[in-house]
Amino acid sequence: MAALTPISRKPLSLVLPTVAAAGGLLGLFVGTANGSGFMGIVIGAALIAAMAFVFITILKNEQVSKWISIVLFAAGGFFFAGIPAMILGLVFGWLFHWFIYWLYEGRYRAKVLPYLTPGQVLWHYGFRVICGAIFVFLITPILVVMPLSFNSQDFFTFTPEMLQFKAEGYSLKHYKDFFSNNEWQRSFKNSLLIAPIATIISVSLGTLAAIGLSQSHVPGRRAIMAIMISPMIVPLIISATGMFFFYSDIGNWLEGTLGLPKNFVGYVKVILAHSVLGIPFVIITVTATLVGFDQSLTRAAANMGADPVRTFFKIQMPLILPGVISGGLFAFITSFDEVVVVLFVGSASQKTLPWQMFTGLREQISPTILAVATILVGISICLLATVELLRRRSERLRGMSPT
Amino acid sequence: MTDATNNGGPVLAADGTPLKKSLAKALRLQKMRALGLIAPLLIFVMVSFIIPIGSMLFRSVENGLVSETLPLTVAELQQWNGDSSEPPGEEVFSAFVADMVVAIEAKNHTRLGTRLNYEKTGMSSLFRKSGRKIKNLDPAVDGPFKEKLIDIDKRWGDVETWRTIKTHSVGITNGYFLNAVDMRRTPEGAQSQPEDKQILITLFKRTLIMSLAITASCILLGYPVAWILANLPARTANILMILVLLPFWTSLLVRTSAWKVMLQQQGVINEVLVWLGMVPDDARLVMINNQFGTIVAMTHILLPFMILPMYSVMQTIQPTYLRAAKSMGATNWTAFWRVYFPLSVPGIGAGSILVFILSIGYYITPEIVGGTKGVFISNRIAYHISSSLNWGLAAALGAILLAVVLVLYWAYDKIVGIDNVKLG
Repeated sequence: MAALTPISRKPLSLVLPTVAAAGGLLGLFVGTANGSGFMGIVIGAALIAAMAFVFITILKNEQVSKWISIVLFAAGGFFFAGIPAMILGLVFGWLFHWFIYWLYEGRYRAKVLPYLTPGQVLWHYGFRVICGAIFVFLITPILVVMPLSFNSQDFFTFTPEMLQFKAEGYSLKHYKDFFSNNEWQRSFKNSLLIAPIATIISVSLGTLAAIGLSQSHVPGRRAIMAIMISPMIVPLIISATGMFFFYSDIGNWLEGTLGLPKNFVGYVKVILAHSVLGIPFVIITVTATLVGFDQSLTRAAANMGADPVRTFFKIQMPLILPGVISGGLFAFITSFDEVVVVLFVGSASQKTLPWQMFTGLREQISPTILAVATILVGISICLLATVELLRRRSERLRGMSPT
Repeated sequence: MTDATNNGGPVLAADGTPLKKSLAKALRLQKMRALGLIAPLLIFVMVSFIIPIGSMLFRSVENGLVSETLPLTVAELQQWNGDSSEPPGEEVFSAFVADMVVAIEAKNHTRLGTRLNYEKTGMSSLFRKSGRKIKNLDPAVDGPFKEKLIDIDKRWGDVETWRTIKTHSVGITNGYFLNAVDMRRTPEGAQSQPEDKQILITLFKRTLIMSLAITASCILLGYPVAWILANLPARTANILMILVLLPFWTSLLVRTSAWKVMLQQQGVINEVLVWLGMVPDDARLVMINNQFGTIVAMTHILLPFMILPMYSVMQTIQPTYLRAAKSMGATNWTAFWRVYFPLSVPGIGAGSILVFILSIGYYITPEIVGGTKGVFISNRIAYHISSSLNWGLAAALGAILLAVVLVLYWAYDKIVGIDNVKLG
């Protein structure tokens, strides 16, 4: 896909109707907001077509026409609906100018294969617009939460003050609430206590088992694999009910027979339940890393006199570490994000952050949830970046080309 | 081979044992070591996951309560013909009083009443109210009891009451499973529930249909994205991949609350539509607490699970195949439909099964955005576990759900193989 396609200027008979249609589309939205959709279409189409005509035939200077377009749209937006519309106007002014020249200079042809028919070029760009819309669908809900969490009102929507970018529309009060409210703080601490311990349990047991599974001649390998992956497959509600009965018996035994404190037993129950849920992720990622592991390295180590434990820590562990860590991160996020099992197994003193959010969403809905959500999105961005870096490192270590 | 070439004698290892034996020993040692590594986790998963689920599912057929609480009565009721229109004789009533006195002592009679109340409304109050009066009777001296019991509550003279007790006195019952499919256990065999009690079949159907709708919309939205990720230059594709992976890594509750913010009547989408004048202010769209809300939110949540397997399959399809098809005269559509699409079907299959398995057992999102019309069977299970305490029915519903999921899991294993599941 080289940019070898020669580009040439296109006739006005192609450019003008196309930009007019785009202008009409924008006009439709502006028009409906101001009363008449039809008038909006007509005025928008005429305006953009006239702009294109002036730029191409009279002005003939791309830089100047760019600024004219941006200023014109921004002024129009400000006239209609104030500052928020002015910012939209800046964007649209730049966009329309770019669109006019993109069409007129034939730049849209530059990056596609030279022999494509016009229909294929249209589909090429139409398909990209569709994909863009799907990406917007994927990412918008996450992005919308962030600015809303700085709302100074207790609303779940953008207030007029926020849209006009006035300082009084924004505040950190939901964050303050999160950091000062005992309920939220306790659940946050619980999450930070339960998730790491559960992760350590599932990573240590899971890594050992994955190493065992990756050796040749393991009897019943498929069955063992199926059992170990089952916590990921069985619907959470079924796991939760099963564990509910099991751990209430275990808990009674620990409290009654061994006389352990109630609070401690509660944490043990939730941690064990969460570590089971994290195991499949560790097994899957570590097994995948071990597929590329060269077994002759351990034999070489043994040959030079290292005992199995030393071989494991000096040879095998450093090489599979990226897989172990990313499995651990998966296990961590599973526990950190888990709500169904903890709802059934835990008691009020083990309330985790997702549990608190769940009750918040169901009952007294407070915008503090949005502040928490923003913080959690930040955490997940960090985790995602770590996993991505580890994946690349692992591929480099194993001699694969980074993709 | 070794035996023949070495003058008939077995080949010996360095320490003098036959090589075959020595090899077998080494292999056994290796197996033992592998199993030793696996064992701790296997035992942990078995004890704290597989067995609890098994014993929970056993509750769906277990029904010891009636025969344990009323052992004498159950034995006497064997003699009584349940089809007759006459209530049982004096011997059943005296056995019943003897049982009840013991049960009231142990405070078990209300549990029994609750259990029988699942089958026949009013049993709970009957046992609770009569319990207080039966407590004062002495089984040894106060007989005969038939008249006295009917005096306490005339429902004891009702044949139906005794029929219910007799029907549910068996130790292993199919009653909960029958209830789970909107039927009930009666002396005449399985019958369908009265019209106003039939909700579970509807719920199963709704769960299936909505899961299918979610899977279909995931395929529809996931296919173009997977295609473009697989066909763009690696650098651009990696950047766009972040847009897929970020939702995947973001907390489920964050995404669910985001959809609540987006979809509610005073929410972002409605505000934008009103601001644009597309929707009048007094007729805002109802997009939450119904099936639409559940489908939209769950499609968004499960979409990465569809895109990732599709993407890994599409990466392996050579772009030259399409060019070859076109050079032989295929139109764009034919080239896609006859060459590319069949090659990408494994990815669609893997993604669809994964999304379907996950959506059919979903609980959190339907609970928050589903209202009453958009809830799934798992919400009903949770209700029976934590609110109505009808654990047997919850276990029966869970067993059916689990059976569906396991069949799909088996299919997934056949198509993709569990070893090939990839994450991130």
